[in-house]
Amino acid sequence: MHITDILVTGEPIIYGAMVSMALVGIALLFILTYFKKWKWLWSEWLTTVDHKKIGVMYILSALLMLFRGGVDAMMMRVQLAFPDLGFLNSQHYNEIFTTHGTIMIIFMAMPFLIGLMNIIVPLQIGARDFAFPYLNALSFWSFFFGMALFNISFVIGGSPDAGWTSYTPLSGAAMSPGPGQNFYLMGLQLSGIGTLATGINLMVTILKMRAPGMKLFHMPIFTWSTLVTCFIIVFAFPILTVALALLTIDRVFGAQFFTLTGEGLPMMWANLFWMWGHPEVYIVILPAFGIFSEVIATFAKKRLFGYNVMVWSMIVIALLSFLVWVHHFFTMGAGAFVNSVFSVSTMLIAVPTGVKIFNWLATLYKSKIEFTVPMLWSLAFIPSFILGGVTGVMLGMAAADYQFHNSYFLIAHFHYVLIAGTVFACFAGLVFWYPKMFGHKMNERLGKWAFWLFFFGFHVCFFPQYFLGLDGMPRRLFITNVAEWLPLNVISTVGAFGMGLGFIVFVYNVYYSFRYSERETTGDSWNGNGRTLEWATTTPVPYYNFATVPYVDEIDPYIRMKEEGKTTFEEDKVKPIHMPSYTGQPFIMMALLGLASFGLVFEWMYVAVFGLIGAVFMMIRRSFDYDDGYYVPVEEIKRTEKKARGL
Amino acid sequence: MKAKHLRNRWLGLLPLGLILFLSGCGQLEMTVLDPKGPVAQSQYDLIVYSLWFMLGIIVVVFALFAYMLIKYRENRPGRKESDYDPNLHGNTTIEVIWTVIPIIIVVLLSIPTVTTLFDLEKPPEPAAGEEVKEPLVVYATTADWKWFFSYPEQDIETVNYLHIPTDRPIEFRLTSADSMSALWIPALGGQKYNMAGMMTKLYLQADEEGVYDGRNSNFNGEGFAAQTFKVHAESEEEFNAWAQEIQNEAPELTADRYNELLQPGLTDVESFSNTHLEYVKHHTKDGMGYVVENYREQFKEKLHLYEIEKQESFQ
Repeated sequence: MHITDILVTGEPIIYGAMVSMALVGIALLFILTYFKKWKWLWSEWLTTVDHKKIGVMYILSALLMLFRGGVDAMMMRVQLAFPDLGFLNSQHYNEIFTTHGTIMIIFMAMPFLIGLMNIIVPLQIGARDFAFPYLNALSFWSFFFGMALFNISFVIGGSPDAGWTSYTPLSGAAMSPGPGQNFYLMGLQLSGIGTLATGINLMVTILKMRAPGMKLFHMPIFTWSTLVTCFIIVFAFPILTVALALLTIDRVFGAQFFTLTGEGLPMMWANLFWMWGHPEVYIVILPAFGIFSEVIATFAKKRLFGYNVMVWSMIVIALLSFLVWVHHFFTMGAGAFVNSVFSVSTMLIAVPTGVKIFNWLATLYKSKIEFTVPMLWSLAFIPSFILGGVTGVMLGMAAADYQFHNSYFLIAHFHYVLIAGTVFACFAGLVFWYPKMFGHKMNERLGKWAFWLFFFGFHVCFFPQYFLGLDGMPRRLFITNVAEWLPLNVISTVGAFGMGLGFIVFVYNVYYSFRYSERETTGDSWNGNGRTLEWATTTPVPYYNFATVPYVDEIDPYIRMKEEGKTTFEEDKVKPIHMPSYTGQPFIMMALLGLASFGLVFEWMYVAVFGLIGAVFMMIRRSFDYDDGYYVPVEEIKRTEKKARGL
Repeated sequence: MKAKHLRNRWLGLLPLGLILFLSGCGQLEMTVLDPKGPVAQSQYDLIVYSLWFMLGIIVVVFALFAYMLIKYRENRPGRKESDYDPNLHGNTTIEVIWTVIPIIIVVLLSIPTVTTLFDLEKPPEPAAGEEVKEPLVVYATTADWKWFFSYPEQDIETVNYLHIPTDRPIEFRLTSADSMSALWIPALGGQKYNMAGMMTKLYLQADEEGVYDGRNSNFNGEGFAAQTFKVHAESEEEFNAWAQEIQNEAPELTADRYNELLQPGLTDVESFSNTHLEYVKHHTKDGMGYVVENYREQFKEKLHLYEIEKQESFQ
């Protein structure tokens, strides 16, 4: 294959993207070299096993992907509002909605939430790191290289174009030849390793490394949501892994699992995909519920109402999430009985979800609501999510779904739940825990601007889409070629730009706050309203997290600690702390697997085999790695804590 | 027309009216909410029935939400000491109440959903006092990116347009020659998938004469947006006359011509005086891979669609 065959040519937008990517790359290389930051980058970030730094890298990557997926969305909205412009042709549009969907779910929502879990969960349960810090680094780098692989498809080889669901037979070798669809398969496969490993890692961390005395029903609600999510990940992701592997074998090695020839079963893909895909949407919504619960309790200055019910409803949602996948294709003709069963199971999910909504409202009852930025995001979630939730129930009514399916009604519904649920939670959680991560808060005034722009933009963008669906506009249509659909599409596009503006203000706020925000002096950043252990640590959080781990026998332990004047630094109880050593192995191992995946995408078997052998070699090397980490001496802990606490 | 339609459907449009007002565009004629046949009508009834529940839920939650925000904001003037109870942590009675109410709602929504689902598997029942008519069988086959409608009874076939008699159930037998697609005529009722190697049945019926929009609603590649067709619903006599005319005047669909049409791409409307069913049955295991095996190379070519409505082959 010649180099000109690999690069995507002939599209001005893509040339623009190539140039801008090259410029950003050169600028980064220049900055790193000029400020002599290469060593810093390697020794502080690329080799880190510290859950807090890994979390920050997850969130930075997710923000970058939010930008990329957002630009995709803007381009689609421009095309649909101005169909006469000829801005995008069909092929280009198909690639863009495919990458938009895949990136937003796999490379934005999940890593954003996993980033927050990385940073906060060990702090909430009084742990010093993950159960397996090395594996945690491995997870991040597998995600990172999977993300990188998926994104270079834009300029090298061509993007996938069969939708984020990648339905066969369309996505098979016959109808989607070339590397595009392989990028999808390998990008997801590679990053899936990390997600599955993180699921196991966090599960073990939460089950085995809680502070002394902390029972499961003493855990903060965000940690609970993480634990439930981990169970979903561990049961759902293997299905995706198998499905992706089978389709890869189909495409690269000519098997016929999902093909039209050789008695393949193309519809099996839809089943496998959604057996993972439906639990997946709960993987991105349950942690969001956890974040909202924490934020609402904190700024209502009141205990979460119905803690036990909140936990059990999450468990019920998790169980039900595995029993509803057929509702994604009621129209496949499975028959009235099958559709009836899945219709009822789908609507049942509304019960525990509704219970949660009422418990949040009850938390606000007899509270003192303080309208900080994280609280605004969390409060806005409730009415917005209700609109997405009730339309979800309508979609769950299979007989009516025959009219809603594949239409903009569906598009409006899932953006209502995913944005008002997951994206609002990501913003709420990031702003809420920002001082824990970076030692200063985000500016409140700019934060409110970002919130209101995004909030109104969101409703203006997606509310009209319900009506477009009821008027028969199908999803994934590259051109608004029915005149009646145009006005609502224009409104929708205006809203999308409002959201874009909100995001820009948010990013500017990161810079502004870095320059001008007051530096935190205490660990309890929100006017002393912290309720859980993460606020008991100092800011910035020392790399070992807790000098001494407190005894916990209740929900919201930090409130009692403050009343009794206790801290996580009891000088006479400090002992040497065992910490894991930094290592470059996870980075190198995943870079090699990334290389192997890249080889498979282009079906260059020598590259693939070379990368695989390299990765296996790294695994063997790991097996003979006798580095047990090191101990932080008592003196250093005392020095660090006294300095941070101003003692 | 608009006013009459408004009167008839005011019940369903009432909850929507409010929301429509917000969308700032008094566009009241939404296809799905303007059913032209018994199938679309039953789905419309179900949608409107559910909308009332949804509206109720929204009103209750929004009202509670507004109450909490106004009453319990920290800086509200005149806050009392009793307005704050930081240790209030739960109440079993109220938890039971707000668990049971949603369960009741789910039951109330499930009953009509299930009965409608079973009804949709059968041809629509005629109105009281009218005779039961045998459904008209139409094979609807898709190939990238066009529609073939075969009428075995009349022994004719059309490409990219459909004629149906009113007041008679149509039994669509759906299949695909290649990618998965879906037949959707929103004015007449919901959709179902066309899948290669198998056949799905979809019953629809038109009560009113008219021309309706039909399309493939399931994304299947570059020509997806152009895979549409017009549905001409006309009286039984007009339909029979049309079918007779096609049978008499349209050319024969030869195997070669059919193979030509199957190649991936866009085509115009066409009519033939026989059906393709005598050459290949795409819903069987044998016919499943027919197109992919024969036209593997053509699938690699791109159409480069820009403004499809300005292209000759698509109007």
